[in-house]
Amino acid sequence: MTQSNTKFAGLASGKNLNLQQKRIRSAYVFLAPMIIMLVIVAAWPLFRSISFSFTDASANTIFNGQSEWVGFENYLERRVRANGEVRWRGVLADADWWNAVWNTVRFSIVSVTLETLLGLLVALVLNLEFKGRGLVRAAILIPWAIPTVVSARMWGWMLNDQFGIINHILLSVGLIDSPIAWTAQPDTAMLAVLIVDVWKTTPFMALLILAGLQMIPRDMYEAAKIDGINPIKVFFKVTLPLLKPAILVAVIFRALDALRIFDLIYLLTPQSGSTMTMSVLSYREIQQFGDYGEGSAMSTLLFLIITTFVLLYIKLGRLNLGGETR
Amino acid sequence: MAKSLKTIALRGTAAAFVAVAGVSAQAAEITYVSGATGAAIENFAALVKPWEEATGHTVTIVPMPSSTTDQFGQYRLWLAAGNGDIDLYQTDVIWAPQLAEHFVDLREAAGDLVNEHFPSIIESQTVDGKLVALPIFTDAPALYYRKDLLEKHGASVPTTWEELTATAQMVQDAERAAGNSEIFGFVWQGNSYEGLTCNALEWLKSSGGGQIVEADGSISVNNANAAAALELAASWAGTISPEGVLSYQEEEARGVWQTGNAVFMRNWPYAYSLGNGADSAVAGLFDVAPLPSGQGHGVSAATLGGWNVAVSKYSDDQEAAISLAVYLAGAEAQKARALNESNLPTIMSLYDDADIAAQQPIIPRWKDVFLAAVPRPSAPTRQDYNEVSTLFFSAVHSVLSKEANAADALADLEADLQDLLDK
Repeated sequence: MTQSNTKFAGLASGKNLNLQQKRIRSAYVFLAPMIIMLVIVAAWPLFRSISFSFTDASANTIFNGQSEWVGFENYLERRVRANGEVRWRGVLADADWWNAVWNTVRFSIVSVTLETLLGLLVALVLNLEFKGRGLVRAAILIPWAIPTVVSARMWGWMLNDQFGIINHILLSVGLIDSPIAWTAQPDTAMLAVLIVDVWKTTPFMALLILAGLQMIPRDMYEAAKIDGINPIKVFFKVTLPLLKPAILVAVIFRALDALRIFDLIYLLTPQSGSTMTMSVLSYREIQQFGDYGEGSAMSTLLFLIITTFVLLYIKLGRLNLGGETR
Repeated sequence: MAKSLKTIALRGTAAAFVAVAGVSAQAAEITYVSGATGAAIENFAALVKPWEEATGHTVTIVPMPSSTTDQFGQYRLWLAAGNGDIDLYQTDVIWAPQLAEHFVDLREAAGDLVNEHFPSIIESQTVDGKLVALPIFTDAPALYYRKDLLEKHGASVPTTWEELTATAQMVQDAERAAGNSEIFGFVWQGNSYEGLTCNALEWLKSSGGGQIVEADGSISVNNANAAAALELAASWAGTISPEGVLSYQEEEARGVWQTGNAVFMRNWPYAYSLGNGADSAVAGLFDVAPLPSGQGHGVSAATLGGWNVAVSKYSDDQEAAISLAVYLAGAEAQKARALNESNLPTIMSLYDDADIAAQQPIIPRWKDVFLAAVPRPSAPTRQDYNEVSTLFFSAVHSVLSKEANAADALADLEADLQDLLDK
């Protein structure tokens, strides 16, 4: 008891701490500014957004605090009409929302898969020694360096049905016999978005995977060479397993971006039901309809979906990694 | 914590207010925000010059995207937050009921100027007796047609949608057979945005299909005439109109028209002066007519458009801002707009003005068209108008892109509108 008393006194006064305790304390001091910043720019807005989703907040009440608590009505509400008909309302009963979820998932899976495969290919090429490699490495980053607003507009013109160069090329090679309105037709709108996103983001994936490739020790390849193992086997038995951590990290970055994609779709195919994602829908609810309650409910659901995905991914990723170290 | 932050912010604003008020007695800097369509932004400096010289104040213009939907979202956010940076807003004719509480009553300041305007337009900007905004120009779309092509193929100007479809197809086929491979029959605005609500409201109303939500608040959109009108419009994309028309707004349609690649175009009067400009391939080759009607209904319909100026309640220089609003709504500024941009004036006497009649002959002819124009249902639906319009143009777009048939889409739309408006 005496001991714990002195320990308590020691902690309070800051004296008589051993080295480890001092280190921990100064670590917190150094972390404090970062933690405070995160609370202000991340935790507080997130909390506000979630709390709005349980109110009837609108553009007119958001700043004067007159919005009222409505429980889960923004998510799901059973309403009985005057004529006795029962209607379900709220985000979870909204066909537009489920359409947006499906669009987002579809977009994320296809774009991240394509970007990973193409990025891996590009990284393997860039990892080779050849003349002018520095120049090619810089050049390949250009699509990633162009702001999305600019590339979306640029592709919008290139994909235009009347004066777009893509239709012009396809027509003159004879692949199509009448111009395609890429961004306007429901069946090609998603394809157009995917083309632009893959074009834009493959360099990013290539860069992250290239960094991983360069971490692989040269002597492993030399050993494989001496043993006379064929290059394809080397790729699957040496390169890929060692590259796995880098790819897993790259995929998680991309997947996070893809799940909350807004700018490209908003600019390239505005208001089109066949490409509308969860973020675009929640923007529309808040900014255009002024319905902060329902829009925040959508943002909250998007947040939950992304969190679940990331936790699941990290867990599964770790299990695999653990299995391999054995 | 939120409360103390707010107090600090309030004190800051108050201090800024005092500081600005001290200066504004001499010369105020007015910030004016407006969407950028056509040449309006370029011409604005010259337009306000006389006012700046007379008052000693200066005006800064903040350009915004031309889509009215995008502008509205931003403005409402600024106004709800009590932002005082913008003094004067250029507002769409449909916004008055939704934003009324944030604007200053201009009736007293405008005085006799109010009586020079068409009463119906003043009425559209009056909410519960408060004159929310002063009109600076009005809009009613026209059917633009190529005189030379109709004459060449012996066709007359269509007065029904069915005739328009047939004539456009005939001229397009004949021109293509003669080697003009890029020509299309008809261009219009089919993107899913507010402009499609305007286009589709015209098809419905002129075919006896009602005006979505009637003035008394009843939902009328689900009827056979409306469905037939939409089915006819859905047959255009890919036949007489390019496939891409489903992503066109006003400027894209004008792009095809002004390069000489369309026989007919539905657009607002601003395209008249631009179409006759030096860089236009169709200068002198076209004329305008009222939009057609459909299914034997016989009465044409044009959606009422138009823009106004409103003074923010949160402005630090309200007096100067009001004076600018009155100037912009006055005869001098409206005449300049009519001459330079072929915008339709809202002042009655300007329709008899000799200069305007000589330079922009469309204007005197358009008086009757806009006087008979159909308003969008912004008055009966008030705060919900944006959502009503979005539900409507999304439903129409799904019919145009052949994802749904008109009857089903309108039945679903009716149910959605009931959910929204039955509160």
